[in-house]
Formats: sequence, C-alpha cells, structure tokens
Amino acid sequence: MERTNNILFCGVGGQGILLASEVTSHALIEAGYDVKKSEVHGMAQRGGAVEAFLRYGERVYSPLVGLGSVDIEVSFELLESLRYLPYLRKDATVVVNTQRISPATVATGLENYPEGILDELKSRGLKVYPVDAFSIAQELGEVRAVNMIMVGVLSRFLPVEADLFIDVIKQRVKKRFHEVNIEAFNRGREIIE
Amino acid sequence: MKKKKKKKKSERLFLSGNEAIALGAYESGVKVASAYPGTPSTEILESLSRYEGVYAEWAPNEKVALEVALGASFAGVRAIASMKHVGLNVAADPLFTAAYTGVRGGLVVVTADDPEMHSSQNSQDNRNYALAAKLPMLEPAEPSEAKYFTRLAFQLSEEFDTPVLLRTTTRVSHVKGIVYKERRRLSKVKPDLVKIPEKFVMLPVNARKRRVELEKRLQRLRELAETFEVNTIEWGDRSIGFITSGISYLHVKEVFPEASVLKLGMVYPLPEKMIRNFAEAVDELYIVEELDPFIETLVKAMGIECKGKELIPSYGELNPSVLRKAIKGEEEDLFEPVKIPLRPPSMCPGCPHRGIFYNLSRLKLFVAGDIGCYTLGALKPLSSMDTCVCMGASIGNAFGMEKALGKKALGKVVAVIGDSTFIHSGITSLIDIVYNKGFTTVIILDNRTTAMTGHQPNPVTGFTVCGESTIEIDLETLCRAIGVKNVRTVNPHQIEETLKVIREEIKRPEPSVIISKYPCVLLPEERKREKPLYIIIDKECTGCRACLRLGCPAIEWVMIDKKEAKKRGREKQKGYARINTVLCNGCGECEIVCKFDAIVLEGDDGKDE
Repeated sequence: MERTNNILFCGVGGQGILLASEVTSHALIEAGYDVKKSEVHGMAQRGGAVEAFLRYGERVYSPLVGLGSVDIEVSFELLESLRYLPYLRKDATVVVNTQRISPATVATGLENYPEGILDELKSRGLKVYPVDAFSIAQELGEVRAVNMIMVGVLSRFLPVEADLFIDVIKQRVKKRFHEVNIEAFNRGREIIE
Repeated sequence: MKKKKKKKKSERLFLSGNEAIALGAYESGVKVASAYPGTPSTEILESLSRYEGVYAEWAPNEKVALEVALGASFAGVRAIASMKHVGLNVAADPLFTAAYTGVRGGLVVVTADDPEMHSSQNSQDNRNYALAAKLPMLEPAEPSEAKYFTRLAFQLSEEFDTPVLLRTTTRVSHVKGIVYKERRRLSKVKPDLVKIPEKFVMLPVNARKRRVELEKRLQRLRELAETFEVNTIEWGDRSIGFITSGISYLHVKEVFPEASVLKLGMVYPLPEKMIRNFAEAVDELYIVEELDPFIETLVKAMGIECKGKELIPSYGELNPSVLRKAIKGEEEDLFEPVKIPLRPPSMCPGCPHRGIFYNLSRLKLFVAGDIGCYTLGALKPLSSMDTCVCMGASIGNAFGMEKALGKKALGKVVAVIGDSTFIHSGITSLIDIVYNKGFTTVIILDNRTTAMTGHQPNPVTGFTVCGESTIEIDLETLCRAIGVKNVRTVNPHQIEETLKVIREEIKRPEPSVIISKYPCVLLPEERKREKPLYIIIDKECTGCRACLRLGCPAIEWVMIDKKEAKKRGREKQKGYARINTVLCNGCGECEIVCKFDAIVLEGDDGKDE
C-alpha cells in the first residue's frame, strides 16, 4: 500500500488558507483518494498563525501529522515557513509565498523580522520554491487571489489533473470570482516548469 | 422534487465531525436541537439549524439546552443537546436525573472535549460523566463514524430508555473526512403528552424505584456491549494488542498497522468478556487513550494486566509521534525548531473591548475576568485581567473579593463579562451582589454578538440562530429590574468619557453596572460600514509610544537612527508610529490617546489640499 501523504498549509489568519486546503481536499477526493483535513477553529481573531493539515492516500487513519512527516509545506507567509520545521521530512518540498506580514512584536519594534529565511530553508536541504504570490495577485487585480496562486503551485506536486482543480474551484467559489481564481490557479501552475 | 435523479456523486460529502453529527441527527429525524456555543462543539447546532424540519435554538446556557431537549424527549420526539466539555458541567444537574427518568423520544447529549486546550480553560475528560451518571457513551473516531454513531445513539436511547452520551474531541469535531448520505430512519415513538408520573416525577419515592431500574438498564447495556457492532476486534500480530477508542484508535492504526486492536465504540459500559478474551489472546496489552486512564482503570479493576499511563501522557492530545515515542521508544531525527517571533491572537484593530481594557490598565484595577474574546485583555500590553475561571465566574469572584476585604476593596475591584456570558450565568451572581448589599461594579461588554465562537446571536442581539428577529433583551432594563440602581451605558471608543464613568461607579458604595455597548468589528454590518481612516503625520510624531500602549495590531513602530532624529529636531527620538491602513478599522482610539495631535483623519493632514 502506498503510504499516506502529508501536506501542511500555514500562514496568517485572513489569507484564505482554509479555502485553499478545502479546494485541494476536494480535488484529491475527486481523483479517488481518501482525505482527512485537520484544522482548529475557535479563536475568531484575525492575525494569528493559522495551520491546516491535509493527509491523502488509499486509507487515511490519523488526521494528525506527526513530527518529521510533512511532504509538502505550503506557507502563505515568509516567516511562517520556519515555524513548523520539526514537522517537515528531511526531503520535504516547501512552497513559500515571499510576502511578509509583521507579527505584533515586530510591528511594535520589540523584535526584528528575521532575514535570510529562504537560505535557512535551503541550507537544511529542503526543496524550496519561493513564489511572489502577492505581486501576482496585485497584477490580477485581486489581492485575495493569493490562496489560489498557492494552490496552483501546489498542484504541480500532486497526482491530480489541473482540470479537476478547476472544476472544484467552480464548485467552491462564488460565480463572479470564478475567472480571477482560475486565472490565479493557472498563474501559480505556470511558475513551476 | 423534480430533480430526483440519483446522482451517486452528490451522496459523497466532505464533512467535519460536527457536520456529520448534525447529518446523523437529521437522518434520525431529530425534531428539537438545543445548544450553547462552545469550541469545539459549536458547528453541530449551526449545521442542524440549516436542515428543514428541525427546530434548532441557541439556549442561554447548557443546562437550559439539556432541559429543553429532555422536555422534547418527554413529549415523544427525538432531541439533541450539544455542548463543549465544560458545558456539561453546567448541564450536569439535569443530566444525572435524566438518567433516572429515561426518555420517550431518543435523547442524545453531545460532549465535545478539548484535550489540548486549543480553546478552553481546562481539559477535563468527560468520559467520567458516563461512569458517574451511569449512562452509555459512544465515542466516534472520524466523521463517517460520527454520523453512524449518532444514528445508533438515537436507536439505543429509545431501545434502552436512556439518554445517550456521544463524546467527541477537537480532532474528531474539527477534522473533515468523507461521509456518505444515507436514507433517514425515523423514530416509532408517537409525539404526545403522556402522564407517567412514576417515570417523570422524581420525588424520592419514585426516584428510588427508578434507581433500581437504572441498575437493571446498566446490566442490560453491559450485555449489549459484548456483541454491540461498534465494539470490534481487528486481529493482527498477537504479540502486541491495543485496547483503544475514538481518535486514539486512528493514531494506533497509523503507528502499529500490524497489531491486534480492540476498538471500543462504546466506552461505557465496557464489554468485560470481550476484553478478557482479547487480553488472553495477546502477549502484551496496551491501553491507548487521551487524558485520564478511564478504560485502563476499569480494565485493571477486572484484574487484567496491561500497560497504559506509565507510558502514554495523561494530558494533551496524542498524535502518531507521541505514540511512537511512548511505546516504541523511538527518537526521531528531526529539524530543530528555530526561534522566531510568535504570532499570538490579539484583539482586532477597532475592537470595542480595547478601550475598556486600556482604561482598566490606566486605573490599575484588579479585574475579575470571564470567558470570551475579551480574555485577551489579560495579554500585554493591556494586561488588565487578573482572574479567569469559567463562564460567569467574574461577578461572583469580584464579589467574593469585596466580602473578603471589605471597604478596602472599594474602588479597586471590578468584574468584566461579555453580553452572552452575562446571560449564560452572570445574572445570578449580580443578584447575589444586590441581595447581599454589595458594592462591586460590573462592566458588561456588549458587542452585540457571541464573538469568540464565531459570531452566534444571543438573547441580547434580538436574533435567533436562524436569523429571525425576536425580542431583544435590554440589559439596562434587566439590571434595573433585579435591583441595580446605577446602570450606565458607555461607548468604549470614547475613552475619556468612559474613564470618567468607571471612576465614578467604582467609588460608589452600592452595586453598579456599566454597559460598554459597541458592535464587534467582525460583524457583517460593521464590515460593510464605511469607516474613517486614521493616519499619523510622521513629522508630528514624537515617538512617545502612547498609542502603542493600546496594543492595536494596526499601529506599527518604525525605528530611526540618530541622524534622522536630529533632522526631525528631536535628538532623543528612537522612532515613530505608523498606521497600517490595510488593517485600521477607524475606531479613533489612537487619535484620542495621542497628546501631540499627530494622529488625524485622512484628509486632515493637509496633504490632499
């Protein structure tokens, strides 16, 4: 039996991470996989760190990803890509949006935003794919499309046809946002050869 | 009903455990659903409110929710009450006696536990309630089972004349998985008013007889457990065997796919013969469960040797890594964590709670706090909450301090409580203050919603769970009606006026209530509202940091060097503040606290002219 695969979505509240993980889950289900997705609700406030774990395979048991088990990390914010290091496999793929969002302690001058984050990741032998998703989203005229750009990049690493993703986006997103989200997805997909 | 094409695709759903419980209840023909919001249980009722033919309501608290559900069951319909683990403490009173009365229509009580305390003040193990109240408890492991077990729970309830407890944990309630829709299977009980005093009127003379019935029922349930379809054995490698349930079962399967596993779908009462047979057939027996050694203690009481809590942690969530380490003793080769700035939750920009806590911190009061978004007022830089125990505790706690210290407490202690929490269980403590001649000041933070759990309406908001308008309870009238003479309403964004009111009321040697009334910024109406935008004229900013003491995420600090400081004509200045206009919600509190008029409405900075 093929082993269960693990994806970690992380970033900051308000970046559309839950929708991104939802779209990815549905695409994997349509492709015939068993899927479990784990997230924590509760603290309704914006601005906190947000994470969602997605596992897919023939039969997924535990919804939780153990340490050292994440195959693909999709980080919606630069700094957040470092927060979950112990969860990553030594050969993990890291897709990272290079957008910076300052945590409160940085914004108020108590701490500095760490520099050299991509080098930190690369120096550990991780396969790092930086994406300037925020700029692309601005080009598309919809900053909220960052999440679908990230899904587009992620889709390159998943055994799912692009069409399935597009079908799911059409089902999950309001009609007037179809075009921009699908375009965002395609732009993300084009980033990786 | 035209589109009756049976599309197989539409029957496969991707649901959270909570949504699956709601679907299971719907498929069982549940008629009445009552709950009080609490993470991780909230979505059960929210989801149920969207099904046709189900009456769903937010009750003022969990005790009321269970009493309503029990009443519906007495009237012969299926009913469900759902709550978080600590909510069952509130509902424990009706629960224990409902075990005596039993039911007519099936009654399911859902308790959603939070072992990791993601969003709770404790991590109690509510399986203990099954034992204490002598009630059967089912524990699903994943969404598909959550639906299946909910259906079984309703059947079990009617068949055995008992309320049935359904226990989830955060990682069952909030995990999404594949669930299939099924045909509905309704109750055969007839809705009606039936007088059965020996069953429903728990006078001691009746209760004593019901107590005997309760014992007989438990015995029948023990017998059922031996063959019950949710208790299963998966035989594998017999050198190692696990007894487990709920989410822990999934972790066991993940780490020990080859082992023999006895999975308990019903965690109380236990199938003793089944357990004995399993224990004899395996060389080494492990009990894997989160939190308390609940199964372990019962198994050991059977005289069976097993390993459990000496290896498995008795607090916090389990996961595959924890199990691997605990049982296999494997140390994993992992990346070391890197020290980076934390990103804790904080009050939103424009949050109406901020102004109150800013003032409480200026006054250096001792603040008895409560449960809600405003509990974040305990964090830096506001640091203005000094106690937080449980729903509604603030008022009683503050009054206790008053009685302990007498006049010394006057002007030094206040209670702070949210609108929904006040209705939940704050009113009775306020009555205590009035009745027993206290002077404690209570601040009710009325933000027009139950914000923390995701913006549920409550009796103060004037709307039901379905969005229908209803009678809006007026807090001011309510407080006056129970005898509080001094009730004042303030707008918390008007910082100086609010400060004055707090100062006056805390000095008063009689009970007083201050209602801080302003809607949560995340409410849809507030999000849509056109808001003013504030900016900081950086030349005018002296770098005094006064605005930063509000702890608003929209205010940032920009460092400057000596040269820059000199250029600004203030050599000692270390930096200046800046407003992140993407985040700003225009509450204007920073404008009020800035003594140098450096913070102004956009357009008032002279740049646009």
